[in-house]
Amino acid sequence: MRYVDEFRDPELITKASAEIHRLADPRRHYRIMEVCGGHTHAIYRFGLKDVLPSNIELIHGPGCPVCVLPMGRIDDGLAVARNPDVIFAAFGDMMRVPGTNGSPFEHKARGTDVRIVYSPADALQIARKNPDRHVMFFAIGFETTAPSTALTLMRAKAEGIANFSVFCNHVTIIPAIRAILDSPDMRLDAFIGPGHVSTVIGCRPYEWIARNEGKPVVTSGFEPLDLLQSIVMLLRQLQAGEARVENQYKRVVPWEGNRAALKSMAEVFQLRPYFEWRGLGFISQSALKIRDEYAEWDAEQRFPIPGTRVTDPKAAQCGEVLKGVLKPAQCKLFGRECTPEHPIGALMVSSEGSCAAYYNYEHRKAAAMVTSISSVA
Amino acid sequence: MCLAIPGKIVEFVPGQAHLGTVEVAGVRRKVDLGLLQDDMPVIGDWVLIHVGFAMTKISEQDALEQMHLLHLLGETEQAMEEVHGYGLEDNDDHRSAKAKAS
Repeated sequence: MRYVDEFRDPELITKASAEIHRLADPRRHYRIMEVCGGHTHAIYRFGLKDVLPSNIELIHGPGCPVCVLPMGRIDDGLAVARNPDVIFAAFGDMMRVPGTNGSPFEHKARGTDVRIVYSPADALQIARKNPDRHVMFFAIGFETTAPSTALTLMRAKAEGIANFSVFCNHVTIIPAIRAILDSPDMRLDAFIGPGHVSTVIGCRPYEWIARNEGKPVVTSGFEPLDLLQSIVMLLRQLQAGEARVENQYKRVVPWEGNRAALKSMAEVFQLRPYFEWRGLGFISQSALKIRDEYAEWDAEQRFPIPGTRVTDPKAAQCGEVLKGVLKPAQCKLFGRECTPEHPIGALMVSSEGSCAAYYNYEHRKAAAMVTSISSVA
Repeated sequence: MCLAIPGKIVEFVPGQAHLGTVEVAGVRRKVDLGLLQDDMPVIGDWVLIHVGFAMTKISEQDALEQMHLLHLLGETEQAMEEVHGYGLEDNDDHRSAKAKAS
């Protein structure tokens, strides 16, 4: 395990690891899904696999907003961006995600006005400063990010800023978990619940997973000790034959969530009847659309949207990796045609995507080992 | 995307009740405090910031540990780039300098 000496409480980490080894029943194989892409990144970065018994398998979940966005939505957003009056604003994570005719960055190189923003509030600020242009914010993210977009739209409406709109791709985590549980090729024992999504939605929305599906859920922080403690909490429940929602990340996640954030989301957004997720297909009531009261600021109402549907490249197996059915390295394109430098699928773009995380920490390590072995030989 | 950056509230922006100035590793930027309106922070409080909005109040100890975590995840540079990039400042010279550099 890497970085452990630099970390607080290395002794506690050793203890947690020992406790996991004690609790894990050698006759069982445990499949635990970490829902959040931030956790996936941390797990690879810290090499947590090295301190877990081999019968605990961590399955990487769908909680990477860039990764689950179907290519057609990127194409639709860029179709609006080609209008010379429009400034296309998006987070840096979006910029290298491939669309059919190239990524937002490649469109920028061809003359489209594409700008990186670090906050939806910055996109609104660009609109304030450029009253003769239209600024469209390409919004992505789960419930962590959606409240910030909602508040930005409330501010735009309050100030009457007419040259601003949002192309809304916000998605919600619970229906994605439900889709994964409903998937016939998926067998999971427990969930490491997302950290920052839970600061907004709290812990109650996970209760059905414990109650109806009989699977424990523990919302977790991002430090190695947090993740190991969460696994200890899950194993204790599994060993006792219990299924509850527990909150390991109490120092940040309130059980009831953030009411002001939930209120702003409810003011601005409503559920879409269905939305397409890359790899998971259409999931009902899994995404947010802008309410009619805010139609003036809804890019999908203001501009003609082609409604593009794109089938992912056949050889790429993003869907199977996203569902946790395949490991990143089992995809035929992994590390060959598809690398972080030349991504084909979105899972290779974002640092939270399991392919990029696996490539950066496991694949490069293995490649370095092969090089050193062959140089010795 | 999941990046959460710890910052200390150092002042409120006069005339704009929903904005506060935070300090992150010596850099000061305006962030939106609207998501904390039920439990507004006071000067000296620490908050976790996500995409320019304060999401939740945290203790100073947790703030320091969060900064250390970003370091270990190799995300400090990305976090500081994000903080530098927040565009609610009156003077956005840092932004054009950044754009030229990239």
